[in-house]
Amino acid sequence: MRVFIPRDAAALAVGADRVAAAIAAQAQARGVALEIIRTGSRGMFWLEPLVEVETPGGRMGYGAVGLRDVPGLFDADFQNGGWHEKSTGLVEKIPFFAKQDRLTFARCGVIDPLDLDAYRALGGYDGLARALQLGAAQTVAEVKASGLRGRGGAGFPTGIKWETVRTAVAAQKYVVCNADEGDSGTFADRMLMEGDPFTLIEGMTIAAIAVGAAHGYIYVRSEYPHAIRTMNAAIAIARREGLLGRAVMGSAYEFELEVRVGAGAYVCGEETALLESLEGKRGQVRAKPPIPALVGLFGKPTVVNNLVSFATIPFILEKGAAVYADYGMGRSRGTMPVQIAGNVKHGGLFEVAFGITLGELVNEIGGGSATGRPVRAVQAGGPLGAYFPPALFDTLYDYEAFAARDGLIGHGGLVVFDEHVDMAKMARFAMAFCAHESCGKCTPCRIGSTRGEEVLDKIAAGEDAEENIALVKDLCETMKFGSLCALGGFTPYPVLSALHHFPEDFAPAAIPAAAQ
Amino acid sequence: MPHLWDSLAAGDIITAHEALEGPMLPILHAMQEHFGCIPEEAIRLIAARLNLTRAEVHGVVSFYHDFRRAPAGRHVLKLCRAEACQSMGGEANAAGLLHRLGLGWGETTPDGRLTVEAVYCLGLCACAPNAMLDGEVHGRLDAGTLEALAMEVL
Ligand SMILES: Cc1cc2nc3c(=O)[nH]c(=O)nc-3n(C[C@H](O)[C@H](O)[C@H](O)COP(=O)(O)O)c2cc1C
Ligand code: SF4
Ligand code: FES
Ligand code: FES
Repeated sequence: MRVFIPRDAAALAVGADRVAAAIAAQAQARGVALEIIRTGSRGMFWLEPLVEVETPGGRMGYGAVGLRDVPGLFDADFQNGGWHEKSTGLVEKIPFFAKQDRLTFARCGVIDPLDLDAYRALGGYDGLARALQLGAAQTVAEVKASGLRGRGGAGFPTGIKWETVRTAVAAQKYVVCNADEGDSGTFADRMLMEGDPFTLIEGMTIAAIAVGAAHGYIYVRSEYPHAIRTMNAAIAIARREGLLGRAVMGSAYEFELEVRVGAGAYVCGEETALLESLEGKRGQVRAKPPIPALVGLFGKPTVVNNLVSFATIPFILEKGAAVYADYGMGRSRGTMPVQIAGNVKHGGLFEVAFGITLGELVNEIGGGSATGRPVRAVQAGGPLGAYFPPALFDTLYDYEAFAARDGLIGHGGLVVFDEHVDMAKMARFAMAFCAHESCGKCTPCRIGSTRGEEVLDKIAAGEDAEENIALVKDLCETMKFGSLCALGGFTPYPVLSALHHFPEDFAPAAIPAAAQ
Repeated sequence: MPHLWDSLAAGDIITAHEALEGPMLPILHAMQEHFGCIPEEAIRLIAARLNLTRAEVHGVVSFYHDFRRAPAGRHVLKLCRAEACQSMGGEANAAGLLHRLGLGWGETTPDGRLTVEAVYCLGLCACAPNAMLDGEVHGRLDAGTLEALAMEVL
């Protein structure tokens, strides 16, 4: 009997290791033969630890399993799919899962992340094989035709970036994976590194071959020790199996890949700051132009892509650009792994074609707030993203539709807040975070954010609210237009959206209510 | 336990990484792993070996929140203060714990056993509020379970 238990960090955070150990001990005590396979997570975190058992009809799930449930699971003959009060039924029939379009995350939560045979059995390395047949120019054309846009935030077309690097003339080029994932409310990069690392390796290898690079780096934030370990282990396996190094998969191409660890600076997720950091310098943003595609790491042409962008490449090459482009709406083609987090009943990763509404994601998929109180605000797109009130829940999940409402999709995070949220406090937090993380290169960001914090404090204290609100709005304009990068440039979005949609939280009358 | 300053060990750390492209961050991480912080002597040595000025190395060390100039307590508890954890009451839990311990953010208990630090997202945002104790992650915390976690090492 095969039992699957995640080793994803979020599953570990709620006790997956303890449950796995208890199941192993109980099996031994009862003389039940079990094989425990540690997987990534399916991304249904309210059900973690989610224990799955292989049955002839598919994998049966047991959700939110605690140590106390373990003897009962054996009494219920769970190893053969027996019913228990923690039963979820067939995992792939759980509505949250069944409603998804799992393209990029197809294997995540299903296989042992370091089992290369399991990876190959589910289509792994078919994408690279096809890229090798197509050759560099055709591979880039395929990525262009897929319509894939960068999943790190800016939504720039990936194929066009690759074409720039491919046609640049240089003796040396690089591919760099941005796995800094600093946006709060996001965890797609982490889940993929911990649950299906070969997908990233394959995607980066395809990129390297397509643009003519022989060396790649994965820049992972230091807050992700589990992901770093799994990624390093997967790279070692790929190297041993001839999938990295000289003669990748027996071809004439060479590709070396290395993990580098960040050091707790949010701004190092910005691509030029990331390159500075890789070079061993302070993570300060570079002025563009020149763009990294032409003058990137150590001055060489460099592809910098978000992890999800790279991890989507194997699917596109394996199945063909048209299959991918068939999902989505408008200029947002394909799928987005939306990460539903915060005060939400069913939090997790929901990969879906663009075009679903924000309200469906929060209320139907997410099930509303975890506390059961009405949802009051949703921050979309990380700490630089706008707050949406329920009145805007008809917004379609699409780059342009979000932009039209002064918001952004960013890396796909949604953080849900119930009615207890104090939006003046959230606005202040946005400014404080910017001040804390500013790289210091420009005045509007460095000084403006600190000033913004002070003025928002005055508003909270009921000092000249009207005048000070006007001052904050002014500061926001200065930051928007005078900042070099989106840290200073986009911090105004959460602040202004809070002011615009929740003015009552900034009015002097709100003070006693907020203090309650 | 972090080791006391030892220029031979520090030299070996540099030797182990200096062939890398952009060796600075890997060296600093390894130094901190070994010595528990980046001592002044390390800055001098790195500058000499990588052909940089001390001011340049200083500049790098001070830029990144991870690098310490003095060792932390024996255990380090990082509490997430980012938005998803805030939405689930993380701030109140944290304030309660800090109050109990008589600490401010970034401070260490007088016996040197525990340092409590802020972190901005651990990527566990769907099971908030979250914390990391000595590299191990803990989710769905409330005031009681957070305090119990701290007590494990106190
Ligand atoms: C302050 C700041 C932080 C960022 N953080 C990240 C990040 O953590 N991960 C990421 O992929 N992109 C991040 N970006 C966006 C990158 O600069 C860049 O657009 C992206 O890595 C390009 O890859 P893509 O085209 O595949 O999205 C950040 C940008 C800014 C301004
Ligand atoms: S906006 Fe802020 S983070 Fe970005 S370059 Fe300017 S100072 Fe640095
Ligand atoms: S570019 Fe930032 S202040 Fe001028
Ligand atoms: S916001 Fe706390 S773990 Fe992401």
